[in-house]
Amino acid sequence: MNTVWLALPLPQILRDVLAQRSGRIGMAIVCLHLAVALAAPVITPQDSAYQDASAMLQSPSFSHWFGTDRLGRDVFSRTLLGGREAMLIATAATFIAMAWGSALGILVALIGGRTDAIVMRFIDAMMSIPWILLVMLFIAALGSSSAALVPVLGFSYGLSVVYLARAAALDFVARDFVLAAQARGHSRWSIAATELFPNVRDSLAVQGAMQWSWILLAVSSLSFLGMGVAPPTPDWGQMIADARGIMQRAPWALISPMLALSSLVIGMNLAVDAWARVTGVERTRRVPGA
Amino acid sequence: MATVLLERIGLALITMIIIVVVVFFALELMPGDACSVNLGRGASDSMLAACQKRLGLDQPAVWRFAAWAGDFLTGDLGISMQRDRPIAEVVGWRLRNTLILAGLTAAIGIPLALGLGVLAGLNPDGPLDMTISGIAIFAMTVPEFISGTLMILLFSVILGWAAGVVTIGYKAPALDLLKASVLPAATLIFILAAHILRMVRASVIEVMQSDFVQMARLKGVPHRRIILHHVLPNALLPAISIIGLTMAWLLGGVVIVESVFNFPGLGRLAVDAVADQDLPLVQAIALLFGFIYVLTNLGADLLALTLNPRLRTRRK
Repeated sequence: MNTVWLALPLPQILRDVLAQRSGRIGMAIVCLHLAVALAAPVITPQDSAYQDASAMLQSPSFSHWFGTDRLGRDVFSRTLLGGREAMLIATAATFIAMAWGSALGILVALIGGRTDAIVMRFIDAMMSIPWILLVMLFIAALGSSSAALVPVLGFSYGLSVVYLARAAALDFVARDFVLAAQARGHSRWSIAATELFPNVRDSLAVQGAMQWSWILLAVSSLSFLGMGVAPPTPDWGQMIADARGIMQRAPWALISPMLALSSLVIGMNLAVDAWARVTGVERTRRVPGA
Repeated sequence: MATVLLERIGLALITMIIIVVVVFFALELMPGDACSVNLGRGASDSMLAACQKRLGLDQPAVWRFAAWAGDFLTGDLGISMQRDRPIAEVVGWRLRNTLILAGLTAAIGIPLALGLGVLAGLNPDGPLDMTISGIAIFAMTVPEFISGTLMILLFSVILGWAAGVVTIGYKAPALDLLKASVLPAATLIFILAAHILRMVRASVIEVMQSDFVQMARLKGVPHRRIILHHVLPNALLPAISIIGLTMAWLLGGVVIVESVFNFPGLGRLAVDAVADQDLPLVQAIALLFGFIYVLTNLGADLLALTLNPRLRTRRK
């Protein structure tokens, strides 16, 4: 078996997304963020960890474009670097969530019957616990390192992927080509992988892109609460938590990470919406049903 | 009708049982237990053993599960590691505070969302809809801790209308808490209303294009009457189950918003419990949130069933 069926028609997708105005704006924002994140270690003007006691809470100037925070660190440098760790965690966690979520969802749709009912009841019950408490439950036991966040978020966000993959696969399980494969005596794994997966791949890819932005928000929220990216690694959520106490004296320390995070998520949403429109997929929201 | 009712209640019960199982065994699968997590790496073997004996962690898992679940049903939530007090006592007041905050949010947010959603849906793509929908999309996309911080920046720092951070204790009288809830509730309403109004808007647009509204219009029924008697009942009914589902977000959002505003509720307690590495307390709170979610959804389901006869027949 080759792996051609995994590959998405990327040039075609790019053309479709860029054909729409909102898609162009979204892609531009996302690409800018990616470029900054990749180049940040080279282009940051100052050491993000360097604490200058003589330059605390300075307003924006030529030497500190976005001012300094309460420890005299350069806010511009920290903002440039602040998305890297969260993006890395989100990317790894998205792969885990999509992998186990779609595998289980497609298999369960194919098997059906009692197995399907029992598995979905468990997924349902786990989704009844708000994601943040489910994640906190694991973090309390495992500690909050980036290495622990990846599997924990990958598991938690995979739950909704099971739903989506199952719903997408259910449209195909009764089709002739699946029945034919069953009649040929193919195993369930091979039917799921070669008959069902290629048909649900595009819609799952859109969901994956969306999940990425929700997981990114989750990482930032956890960092804000002090359970995500740990200092000294700069992170937007952590910077916002840090600058809250000084928002009257140094609003710049608060506003730059807020703008950075919000613009990335909004850009991602615009791009994915444009992509979802051309593929005819209904994208998921952060809140089920909404 | 009765079978459908019983089925919904039965499903909710099964879901709650599975939540209890999942919350217990999820931690069983992890390395370490409540004692080793709480005492940290520096703990000596004898300290660990004493702690494990005190909590009964030396018993087999299945036996402990039975005892834990049984205690939970009788209202005994166990002992908080850090605070060394019964969890029920630690949780009680804060649960009240969170319910005040969530209640205020729902009481203002839901009617507001329904109203705005209908306004936006009646004139889709008009200037009013563009404004409402634009703000709603912003509210849905930007994370809760940023909306909350922006609220503080705007209403507390710039306008000076309300205190930015709650300073009262968790045992404060309900009325004081209600006053302290203004900004946290405003943040939650901002986001909750956005989610609900988008659904209502879509629902109104769909009903406006339906055959029976077209028919009523052709019969010459006055516009007002069409809206009030044909469109609204049909558009708002589906909103009930959506409101139930958005509770999942509300409960999760509460954790973050309470932390932003230092509000003495269950959500902030959960965050503190994680920082204190107090596993039994985190478990109890996760369980409570899960139960509240299942029960609100059941309530929304039953309400939808009573109001909408079409849902009462069993569909396959």
